[in-house]
Amino acid sequence: MTQTVAVIDYGMGNLHSVESALREAGASDVVVTADAKAILAADRIVFPGVGAIRDCLAEFRRLGCDTTLRLAVDRGTPVLGICVGMQSLMARSDENGGVDCLGYFDGTVTRFPRNHSDADGTKLKVPHMGWNQVAQSQNHPLWDGIADNAYFYFVHSFFLPKAESDYVAGSFNYGIKGSAAIAKGSVFATQFHPEKSHDNGLKLLANFLTWDGTC
Amino acid sequence: MSLAKRIIPCLDVDQGRVVKGVNFVGIRDAGDPIEIARRYNDAGADEITFLDITASHEQRDTTYRTVEQIASQVFIPLTVGGGVRAVTDIRRLLNAGADKVSINTAAIFNPDLVRESAERFGSQCIVVAMDVKALDDGSGRYELFTHGGRKPTGIEAIEWAQKMADFGAGEILLTSMDRDGTKDGYDLPITRAISDAVDIPVIASGGVGTLDHLVAGFTEGGADAVLAASIFHFGTYTVAEVKAHLAQSGIAIRA
Repeated sequence: MTQTVAVIDYGMGNLHSVESALREAGASDVVVTADAKAILAADRIVFPGVGAIRDCLAEFRRLGCDTTLRLAVDRGTPVLGICVGMQSLMARSDENGGVDCLGYFDGTVTRFPRNHSDADGTKLKVPHMGWNQVAQSQNHPLWDGIADNAYFYFVHSFFLPKAESDYVAGSFNYGIKGSAAIAKGSVFATQFHPEKSHDNGLKLLANFLTWDGTC
Repeated sequence: MSLAKRIIPCLDVDQGRVVKGVNFVGIRDAGDPIEIARRYNDAGADEITFLDITASHEQRDTTYRTVEQIASQVFIPLTVGGGVRAVTDIRRLLNAGADKVSINTAAIFNPDLVRESAERFGSQCIVVAMDVKALDDGSGRYELFTHGGRKPTGIEAIEWAQKMADFGAGEILLTSMDRDGTKDGYDLPITRAISDAVDIPVIASGGVGTLDHLVAGFTEGGADAVLAASIFHFGTYTVAEVKAHLAQSGIAIRA
């Protein structure tokens, strides 16, 4: 059976990398689109995001992608959110003076502190840019074959503090603990970029391509 | 658990061909940037920087095609720099698959390019490259240079780094023109001074000759990443050897 993956294209940046990585991970049919019909016809959906969240969400809503995503999630279609895509799934973000997000998960995205430092006083740069380890806190199908504390590539200045919520699937530590991945029902989302995380990222994408949307 | 320090091989590319060549075992085409980038990807490099030195702006279509091909086969971050003058150049490079774009001379002539592109595309993809030299007046100050270190700008390096961070740069690529090509090691005082002066990550570049130079870039220079070209291209060290040495020296790296 041919499986189609729709990558939601709401005009906020390059989706070439996500598409290439999905193909490398084994996807035979990838469509990059904002069209509701095409997205709803797909077997699984990737919700990428890069840039400022207010602009991202404004375009996402203007194109009607919020309604499309809601319909898909209600049907149980597997969805993978990436970076600002993950942040957009939260209730709220402090970025751009405060933005109401899509509300799939409780919680507020916030900025790393100014003059951020480690417990031992070492200065920590923002953006949190580079490879950090992800501690898995759920036994989720998307972690299959990926070691606990494996490295993934992050680049972000805003993050979701690691709340003790059931939905946190993995966390990172950067002077402060943050959510590296969240999961609920058929939705899985990562703060890191699997498409830029070499073998571990490609494995996670391959897992997503065979995931039936249940845990 | 902590953020790993990054090791970044750098390719100088002229009209789609890597200049200086690469000395890898069994490489079919030492000048093919795609094959070389894939090798570094497989070898455990944390990012790849692609510096386009194509002189003519008209010949840059080749550059975009090369970036596209690398991006479709390399699943680690890719930074592209060289000849970036306008927002349209940045957009084309990002659309071709670059994750970050490095701005050098154009930032000096038009600092608002940094502000405008950071606002439009996000700070995470805007790198400001700085070529610096120590002033020989005994002041301990460093100045920004253009044209491969030949033209002084009169701009003091630390102030410039702070200004670029304020304008929205997401990262600074700092190259010592005094050290570039010498194999004498990074210029540690200026690397440390800039790393301490800004909140954004700093990549040290220029002068690596030994494994301990890389260690010093992190420990004494306070760099978040190190860039190196010739030690990798000429096969002096592999990425794995570099990482093993850094790990032994107590530096957090991605295994």
